[in-house]
Amino acid sequence: MSMFKILDISATGMHAQTVRLNTIASNMANVDSVSSNKDETYKSKQPVFQTILEGNMHEPTGGVRVKEVVESQAPSIMEYNPNHPMSDEKGYIYRPNVNVIEEMANMMSASRSYETNIEVMNTSKQLLLRTIQLGK
Amino acid sequence: MAESIFGIHEQALQIRTKRAELLANNLANADTPNFKAKDIDFRKALQDASGEMKSPYQSEMRKTNPGHIDGDSNGFSSTSQYLMYRQSTQPSLDGNTVETHIEKAQFMENAMQQEATLEFINGKISGIRGALRGE
Repeated sequence: MSMFKILDISATGMHAQTVRLNTIASNMANVDSVSSNKDETYKSKQPVFQTILEGNMHEPTGGVRVKEVVESQAPSIMEYNPNHPMSDEKGYIYRPNVNVIEEMANMMSASRSYETNIEVMNTSKQLLLRTIQLGK
Repeated sequence: MAESIFGIHEQALQIRTKRAELLANNLANADTPNFKAKDIDFRKALQDASGEMKSPYQSEMRKTNPGHIDGDSNGFSSTSQYLMYRQSTQPSLDGNTVETHIEKAQFMENAMQQEATLEFINGKISGIRGALRGE
């Protein structure tokens, strides 16, 4: 039984939340990336989390990882704008299926989760230091 | 010898450490779909661990072949049998049962208790050191 495993667990949590924040940043940055083709339009990206199971199935104390990053299947937003330089022959442009409000809420949730993991790490660090200094 | 000095606190510290790990895992998986929060039945785990501690003549199983399976005799080695799923008060659509506030509170409580255990062990150590030095 390792004393420092708890730090690894929190680190996996922080890593997963960082990936989540990165996808949110990517989605938000591309919110105005219009295109003239439905297939070329930027699709909102969402990470899928998965528990890391270690060894024995009854003790899943391995933390969390990002299983995959999936692209949202929601349809791109069509907009009639014939004056736009990117419009197709019918005068439509395609906007990405990114919902900014959803992404903002997602971002807040991710940053809270990140903070939680930091707090766990801080508390554990203090306890581990106390354990190491036992008898001094 | 060492076991009788630290009493139950040695086992308690091990279980507390394991519990902290579990709660950290729950918190790390707060956004994982279908993750079920778990906790340790602390009282039962400690009871069983201290029961083992009280019988000093328990033989240690020795492994002479890599195919041998770990015995249960070497004290507190695993918590899997004390694991329980937490009952969620507000179930979420994605099947996740972690409630961050509850886990945080439990983690904090566990940290304080771990601190208390460390304090007890520290006290024992300084007591014995004082006795050895004749202070």
